[in-house]
Amino acid sequence: MNRTPRVLAATGLLAYIALPWYTIENPSLTSYPFGDEGTALGLAIMGTWWLLPLALPLLLCLCIALRNRPDESCAEWLAVLGFVGFAYLLAQGFAVGLHGWNAEWLNALFGAPGPKQQGMGFGALVVGVALLFLGCRGLAGMGWCRGDTFIVSSIGAVGMLLALFVFYPVATILTSAFTDDKGQMAIAPFVEKITDSSIWGLKCLGNGVACGVAWNTIVLAVLTAFASTTLGLAFALIALRTKFRFKAPLRVMTVLPIITPPFVIGLALILMFGRSGAVSGILFRTFGVVPTRWIYGLTGIFIAQVLAFAPIAFLVLVGVVQGLSPALEEAAQTLRAKRLTIFRTVTWPLLRPGLASAFLLCLIESMADFGNPLVLGGNFEVLSTKIFFAVVGAATDQSRAAALSIVLLLLTLIGFAVQQLWLGKKSFTTLSGKGDPGLLMPLPTSIRLACYAVAVPWLVFTFAVYAIIFIGSFVKAVGRDYTPTLASYEIAFRVEHTSFGWFFSGSAWPSFFATVEIALLAAPLTAAIGLLTAYLLTRPDFHGRRALDFAAMLSFAIPGTVVGVSYILAFNVPPIEITGGALILVVCFVFRNMPVGMRAGTAALAQIDKSLDEASLTLGARSLTTFARVVLPLLRPALTASLIYAFVRAMTAVSAVIFLVSAQYNMATTYIIGRVDAGEYGVAIAYSAALIVLMLVVILLIESLVGERRLGRRPAMSNVAAAPT
Amino acid sequence: MLPHRSGTAVLIAAFVTILIVSALPVRAGGSLVMYCGVQEEWCRAVSTAFERETGISVAMTRKSAGEVYAQVKAEAANPRGDIWWGGTGDPHQQAANEGLTIEYKPANLNELYDWAQRQWQEARGRTIGIYSGALGFGYNEKLLKARGLPEPKCWADLINPAYKDEIQVADPNSSGTAYNLLATIVQIMGEEKGFAFLKALHKNVNQYTKAGAAPAQAVNLGETTIGITFMHDMIAAAQDNPDIKTVAPCEGTGYEIGSMSLIKGAHNLENAKKFYDWALTPAAQELAAQNKSYQTPSNKNTPLPKLGVDLSKTKLIDYDFAKYGSSEVRNALLKRWTDEVKNQPR
Repeated sequence: MNRTPRVLAATGLLAYIALPWYTIENPSLTSYPFGDEGTALGLAIMGTWWLLPLALPLLLCLCIALRNRPDESCAEWLAVLGFVGFAYLLAQGFAVGLHGWNAEWLNALFGAPGPKQQGMGFGALVVGVALLFLGCRGLAGMGWCRGDTFIVSSIGAVGMLLALFVFYPVATILTSAFTDDKGQMAIAPFVEKITDSSIWGLKCLGNGVACGVAWNTIVLAVLTAFASTTLGLAFALIALRTKFRFKAPLRVMTVLPIITPPFVIGLALILMFGRSGAVSGILFRTFGVVPTRWIYGLTGIFIAQVLAFAPIAFLVLVGVVQGLSPALEEAAQTLRAKRLTIFRTVTWPLLRPGLASAFLLCLIESMADFGNPLVLGGNFEVLSTKIFFAVVGAATDQSRAAALSIVLLLLTLIGFAVQQLWLGKKSFTTLSGKGDPGLLMPLPTSIRLACYAVAVPWLVFTFAVYAIIFIGSFVKAVGRDYTPTLASYEIAFRVEHTSFGWFFSGSAWPSFFATVEIALLAAPLTAAIGLLTAYLLTRPDFHGRRALDFAAMLSFAIPGTVVGVSYILAFNVPPIEITGGALILVVCFVFRNMPVGMRAGTAALAQIDKSLDEASLTLGARSLTTFARVVLPLLRPALTASLIYAFVRAMTAVSAVIFLVSAQYNMATTYIIGRVDAGEYGVAIAYSAALIVLMLVVILLIESLVGERRLGRRPAMSNVAAAPT
Repeated sequence: MLPHRSGTAVLIAAFVTILIVSALPVRAGGSLVMYCGVQEEWCRAVSTAFERETGISVAMTRKSAGEVYAQVKAEAANPRGDIWWGGTGDPHQQAANEGLTIEYKPANLNELYDWAQRQWQEARGRTIGIYSGALGFGYNEKLLKARGLPEPKCWADLINPAYKDEIQVADPNSSGTAYNLLATIVQIMGEEKGFAFLKALHKNVNQYTKAGAAPAQAVNLGETTIGITFMHDMIAAAQDNPDIKTVAPCEGTGYEIGSMSLIKGAHNLENAKKFYDWALTPAAQELAAQNKSYQTPSNKNTPLPKLGVDLSKTKLIDYDFAKYGSSEVRNALLKRWTDEVKNQPR
């Protein structure tokens, strides 16, 4: 046994003795170590008796570790003490609340109101981490996961984080679907709410009544996913298998929509195709087409969503198209198959998993999208906006919001299930990891022309949308008065030189700095946890792997509004009290965006032969070393992808953060919503344009910092090397 | 392997430091935490003016009234905010009924208009009016003339079939403004006739928007010809676009009371009370008009905004806030409206 348990136990004990146990409201150290800033030991002496038992596992662990006898019974003791201590830490946190006992049965048992306590602080954090890792260390000593401490500790840490920041808040809000106003269990109202005709009504078939909101959501999501996947495939085939001349603009046009703040695309569409839009005006003057409101409703949301999500489908499919081994196609060619036949019988079937993931991703994105339906929805309602207004609308009803969220969650899960059914258990592996000679085959002419026909008009259209956004930020009153001016930028980003030095007096600066800070904090954490989870899901074999996978995807599938409210409900009260600052936003982003890094990581790891890490392990390197020096460098594309995604999402997310922002940490998107509310479209658009430029810079920076994956000299490998994830 | 070990270590150390700093509780920063429910500019002007006056630093967050209500409710076990300033009165009333806010008697209560005092009494001192705004509608004159439509002057004019697809109003299920309209029409015409009117209006409505002020923006952009909103929203839009004309309906109209409440369990209660008293003085209320918000202030001594609506010259109905603000009446009206109006074909 090495010295890790000793260090862990000593650190835990030190924190117990010396670090302030609770969160501190006004750091002053006047009462340290007893009062508000008391340490666990100090408080326990002063009467906070329920903290006293925590000293026991720490002390015992330290004794065991100091005895230093490397046998199994010792490990068993560590495991038991670590986990029991950790469980006690959580139990006391959840039992003793801000105003006394947290549960009725505790009141009944020990008498109301019972003891009180605040949220856990640094002391509790360090003690908790030490106990958890001591327990994991013990399990490893007992031979779990081949006795690999790094793996067991990682599983423990990731599992704990997911339980705390995904399961716990989600469970908090979902239980509210089953409770009535007085907090009593109520099934009947829930059944009534979830089978309501406003959700499932089908009267729309026939007369002009609006459909049930669930059907609207499904129709929109399927249409959007279908169109986005088609466009994404066309882009991917053009980018990789043709000699298209404008590949650089194609690349830009496929990145831009991903980094565009919400509302902006919708606004641009209104400015072009609305009743007083620029294009509508031209059509009216030249052809006498009377402008109508066709952009509001299904059509408008559909166009805006396809603009936004086709690039996501492209990013997924470009990896798959690149990963296709030309060897199979060459074999077909050798057998004298025609090019179109090869495409139909070889290429297309191999594309199926890629098409399925792209379709599923767009489907989920469309169902969770909030900004576009809000701006362009007209009288077409979808679940995400309905949930939002069930929480904040004139008739607030949180349990209805929870019921609607369950419907949305069900639709998402059905999407997952259908994808699994379609793919079945066929093998789609084409990368053997042993080098892949062969030349990429050009597309059959008919397919190539079809791709051009789909993609080129769309590219022109995307370009026009962004031209409107760019122009809109430099004019007086967008949509009405196109006199050039810098006024919008001046309101948002004014910088003055005063006697105190530079003063950022523009109204957008506070939210701008806060957003950048949060995004910069969240991105590396998201990537780290995502890739670590991916490693755990692909390499070691352990029970509960599927549960881990499911938990990680859960937070991705839940609509943002639900996440936002559930985070307030769960984390505004002890034991984990983190609302009102930067931390809650960072945590929210990390666990919402982590699944993408995880997916990218598992895909990349699936391509890397296990023999590489096995070689490293055989040579005596520990898992941590293997992960850091063998696996991680090979994961660079996945790292880049998850860093970029996490950063961009942290800067453009809306629905989850509306409830989590505070005065010091207001986010750019909530500021933009405020401007749109006030009708200051110019400022909103100028701010968005500035954010787009910033995100482009950061993306380039991340790409250059993380760098390319450096693979062996065999030229045939270049095919694998270039595969993005 | 990563290229520069020491560089990476420095980066990681810096990152961890920032993380720890950001994890420190920040609520100590503001000695008054204010949830603001009006336009950003006005919110900012009010919080800086109070800071300048008292030296108390204000941490202000701007949200719509519904969002503030949802947040105050979610945070009830451990409130983060101290004062909830601005936003339409219904959610304030609802919070008062649910005991999320506390009673307080301001020093200058008798300087306020009757409607503000009455609301304070009905809410048992838990919320107080700081401004009010009357409902009305506005139209884009250019579009109206281009389509050869008559100028609407009364509520009754709006159901003229000539206006088919020309009117925009918010959905009362999501917007307090639109609920105010629904309650106003019911109070002016009676429930049966009121719903007959709303059904006829339904045929002319091109879209039920989510947010109450959205129709004013749509009139501004020319996306709709007529929009039903609070008049001050329409007047604010008219500052931007001179084609917009605001109308006070001839039959009389309902109004909202923008309110202020002290949040129960506020961490900085004394400062919040100071703000409460200060916010009712003319000096504080004057800030509205200076920041493009043209509501009628609640203190009689505050000069009326030049561009605003003089409520004493507008025909106002005797709006029953207690009745129409209660959950039962509201839910019943909203259900009836959704079933009989919104879900009917146009």
